[in-house]
Amino acid sequence: MDRFLWTSGLLEINETLVIQQRGVRIYDGEEKMKFDTGTLLLSTHRLIWRDQKNHECCMAIPLSQIVFIEEQAAGIGKSAKIVVHLHPAPPNKEPGPFQSSKNSYIKLSFREHGQIEFYRRLSEEMTQRRWETMPVSQSLQTNRRPQSGRIRAVGIVGIERKLEEKRKETDKNISEAFEDLSKLMIKAKEMVELSKSIANKIKEKQGDITEDETIRFKSYLLSMGIANPVTRETYGSGTQYHMQLAKQLVGILQVPLEERGGIMSLTEVYCLVNRARGMELLSPEDLVNACKMLDALKLPLRLRVFDSGVMVIELQSHKEEEMLASALETVSEKGSLTSEEFAKLVGMSVLLAKERLLLAEKMGHLCRDDSVEGLRFYPNLFMTQS
Amino acid sequence: MHRRGVGAGAIAKKKLTEAKYKERGTVLAEDQLAQMSKQLDMFKTNLEEFASKHKQEIRKNPEFRVQFQDMCATIGVDPLASGKGFWSEMLGVGDFYYELGVQIIEVCLALKHRNGGLITLEELHQQVLKGRGKFAQDVSQDDLIRAIKKLKALGSGFSIIPVGGTYLIQSVPAELNMDHTVVLQLAEKNGYVTVSEIKASLKWETERARQVLEHLLKEGLAWLDLQAPKEPHYWLPALFTDLYSQEITAEEAREALP
Repeated sequence: MDRFLWTSGLLEINETLVIQQRGVRIYDGEEKMKFDTGTLLLSTHRLIWRDQKNHECCMAIPLSQIVFIEEQAAGIGKSAKIVVHLHPAPPNKEPGPFQSSKNSYIKLSFREHGQIEFYRRLSEEMTQRRWETMPVSQSLQTNRRPQSGRIRAVGIVGIERKLEEKRKETDKNISEAFEDLSKLMIKAKEMVELSKSIANKIKEKQGDITEDETIRFKSYLLSMGIANPVTRETYGSGTQYHMQLAKQLVGILQVPLEERGGIMSLTEVYCLVNRARGMELLSPEDLVNACKMLDALKLPLRLRVFDSGVMVIELQSHKEEEMLASALETVSEKGSLTSEEFAKLVGMSVLLAKERLLLAEKMGHLCRDDSVEGLRFYPNLFMTQS
Repeated sequence: MHRRGVGAGAIAKKKLTEAKYKERGTVLAEDQLAQMSKQLDMFKTNLEEFASKHKQEIRKNPEFRVQFQDMCATIGVDPLASGKGFWSEMLGVGDFYYELGVQIIEVCLALKHRNGGLITLEELHQQVLKGRGKFAQDVSQDDLIRAIKKLKALGSGFSIIPVGGTYLIQSVPAELNMDHTVVLQLAEKNGYVTVSEIKASLKWETERARQVLEHLLKEGLAWLDLQAPKEPHYWLPALFTDLYSQEITAEEAREALP
């Protein structure tokens, strides 16, 4: 803990920020420090910690002081940590929060996550050692030892040995998992080949395969996650599952749609449905495939795709074209409106507001004024006033 | 092999042979479907066994997740295609990514008015982590990218733009062509770009540079700074690292999803 030195937190010339993470607490060895909520910044040269509540409290360790790092997984009630083993502080070190410490390592506790990415970047910086090739002001180069090979300082040897053992153990677990995964993938590949050959047969027969067989085949593909190669499609790439899903969606979306003026974007629907389910969530493709079947199943909802590619679900009773008349009225009242202004007035999402105005423009009711100040719509006087 | 015969008799014979082949064809497909069904059951058992031993590995180890995804892609399998797929049901990979998708959508919507619908992968990562809270599982940037790739299917304009070693995530259906993307990449260094810089680096005419910049302004992806020294600067709020530390306000969260 005595390796830290006070700093302004400003980066030097040639020093670049690599990654930062909030919510990090520092431990001196195994002891919690009063530095419990800070932003940890990794630069090409240093590890900097700044207190989130008091920005004046800011300290750093040069990366050259680090011997090695290890990950400590999260546990129940415990955040994931990175353990940083350090060289002893050099005699000419600048002042910091502590003059001495009995520990040769610190721990960084990631109370708001981010440990995975931070560890990856820190490992990269430790490998690349960019601080050696990109000189900055003298104060950062406090440890000019030759870095070839690992310096075995007293006390660290035992730790390293334990680490090696743990690494071997983890490696063994990983390689077993990896081996099993490889075997599994070989079997999966056989399934893919089989499905390709069936798909070819289906293509060749062009009409001799029953509806039933097609549906069965599609559901097999769905289970395996194999893309559907069959070109002749009655219900898009839907299966029984998607048909059921489509019917379920009607139940879930009826009321929300009515509350939102009869129309919702597919992204809104995705979030709403999955938030409601909590588990066994729908994939985006599940949702799209189910929605594609709404019309065919004659359900009271329909999928609509705008020119921009935006997809929405509408109540069958919703007539977007009728909404255009009122949109024109609203725009006329105000003289002109942008999508944002219109959205606020009517109580719609900006995305759908824009689509409505664009549709109105397409139908000739509105015309646009496209400038750097934004896209503004006016009533189309060319049509109404001759 | 049929010999080419001439005359009605030969034609009738040919038709009969073809019909026989077709019939056999039906039987063949039926056989194969039955075979596939059986193999599918076997595969399901294998997968269950794999899951019982290694499900935790996938959940906890982001590198293993990457290996897993890469291997699936190599053999032509998409484990995230459907929540009803075996992979999703048995390994639980589905829920992990689909939920992440929801969180990504919410963050992007909340910040859209600030950055026009363009955000760096880093900032998205930070905000998603914050939203997930302390007790949720950690996610890597690779996880985010995979979730976003799936979100494209929803049609609301999600796309991933590589810039200077990282990525910009677009979450609105703004049309960005190659010219726009290249200018974004140029801007990544300093957070802003100027007409002179574009002309010098990309060797474009002034008009082409101006058009691209105007488009970015119109879409709300860039802000115009007329008080900058020498010439106007076009800033990209998506690239402001300052914004990482800013909270999503309660109002923004409310506006995210009605």
